[in-house]
Amino acid sequence: MSLLGQIIAQTVMLGLRAGGGALVGLVFFLAVVAVVPFGVGPDLNLLARIGPAILWIGVLLASLLGLERLFAADREDGSLDLYIASGEPLVLLVLGRGIGHWIATGLPIVIAAPILGLMLNLSPIALVAVTATLLAGSPALTFIGTVGAALTAGLPRGGMLIAVLVLPLSVPILIFGVMATNGAVYDPEPFTAPFLIVCAFTLASAVLAPLAGALALKVALE
Amino acid sequence: MVKQLDNFPPFRVQAEALGCVRGGREIFRDVSFSVGPGQLLAITGPNGAGKSSLLRILAGLLEASAGRLAQTFDGAAEAEAPSAVHYLGHLDGFKSAMSLRENLAFWSRIYRQSDDHHAVADATDIEEAAARLGLAHALDLPVSVFSAGQRRRAGLARITLSPRPLWLLDEPTSALDKQGEAVLGTLMGEHLGAGGVIVAATHLDLPAGPDLTLDMAVPQ
Repeated sequence: MSLLGQIIAQTVMLGLRAGGGALVGLVFFLAVVAVVPFGVGPDLNLLARIGPAILWIGVLLASLLGLERLFAADREDGSLDLYIASGEPLVLLVLGRGIGHWIATGLPIVIAAPILGLMLNLSPIALVAVTATLLAGSPALTFIGTVGAALTAGLPRGGMLIAVLVLPLSVPILIFGVMATNGAVYDPEPFTAPFLIVCAFTLASAVLAPLAGALALKVALE
Repeated sequence: MVKQLDNFPPFRVQAEALGCVRGGREIFRDVSFSVGPGQLLAITGPNGAGKSSLLRILAGLLEASAGRLAQTFDGAAEAEAPSAVHYLGHLDGFKSAMSLRENLAFWSRIYRQSDDHHAVADATDIEEAAARLGLAHALDLPVSVFSAGQRRRAGLARITLSPRPLWLLDEPTSALDKQGEAVLGTLMGEHLGAGGVIVAATHLDLPAGPDLTLDMAVPQ
């Protein structure tokens, strides 16, 4: 297995083990989405209209959980030292941690999204659209989150800071993700263009976030 | 028996007038030394003299504020410094949720990547390395239940799994019992015998006699 594969496999394994926090993200997502109908009231048409946005916001918030420990743990247990001493590029560590974190926490949430969509009275086509846009866009949320995690790796309680750093950067993905979902459901609105923009966000962040994260880890190590 | 190391190509570490500044305070300056194949350099000095900082500079984890550092294979162009290095510090890099076997397998694969001419450590290698350090019974336990001495032994098992010419050991004997020290002495002897280089920071006696000693005093 390649170096990147090793890091991804280790990240997934740590995420799924006890204390890894992957399931916490899923449960948090369920809780956020389940609470909304209680707040909005039993207006099925309203729920169907805002349902995709609720699912997207739920994914955005859930993707923030668990980021805090992603690199802080590596720094505290010495893994970061050993990794740098091995001479391998830090970019690969950040990329591998990002992909692994998405597989352990993001993917289960994307899979759960259409099931929760039923609770929000989404039409079948909306269920498909919201799942597709989440699948395309949630990796970008995680990659942007890895930069925040790397920046706060040296801080004792970086979790809140990560949210403050990462949420503004995630807003464009949220806008285009919800826009694409609505485009698939309501006729005059476009689907392809915003969907491709979401895909572009994911691809660009997969390249840029590891570079930024590697620089941030260097600083955190000092 | 752990697979015997091939002899390393002659490797040398040279430092000229190294200086280190951390947090605006000068830790040390004008540190120079040269260690060659089969030599053990002991760095001694009181707490705070910069022994650990010097090792971290050698491992590529810190930037020296002054001076020149060269880690070269004889006859080769200046090698990329960190890729020839094993660093054994206060933190061992083991994930406490994973078993010792999983941890050792992970690090042996990460450390193999840079020098792919060495064989991959397989399951037998890991078992042998653990047995050598007296950890055979603990291979499948999560590292979180290990004592400090066991973790230190596990760290030694890690560096024996992937051959690299330069060992940087930070207080290698801390938390080790008498028998552990004896194993450490054997491992160090074998590494030096294979042409490896060891730089060890310590305030205790090392199980192997140093060829060179660098005494670091606190700057006035």
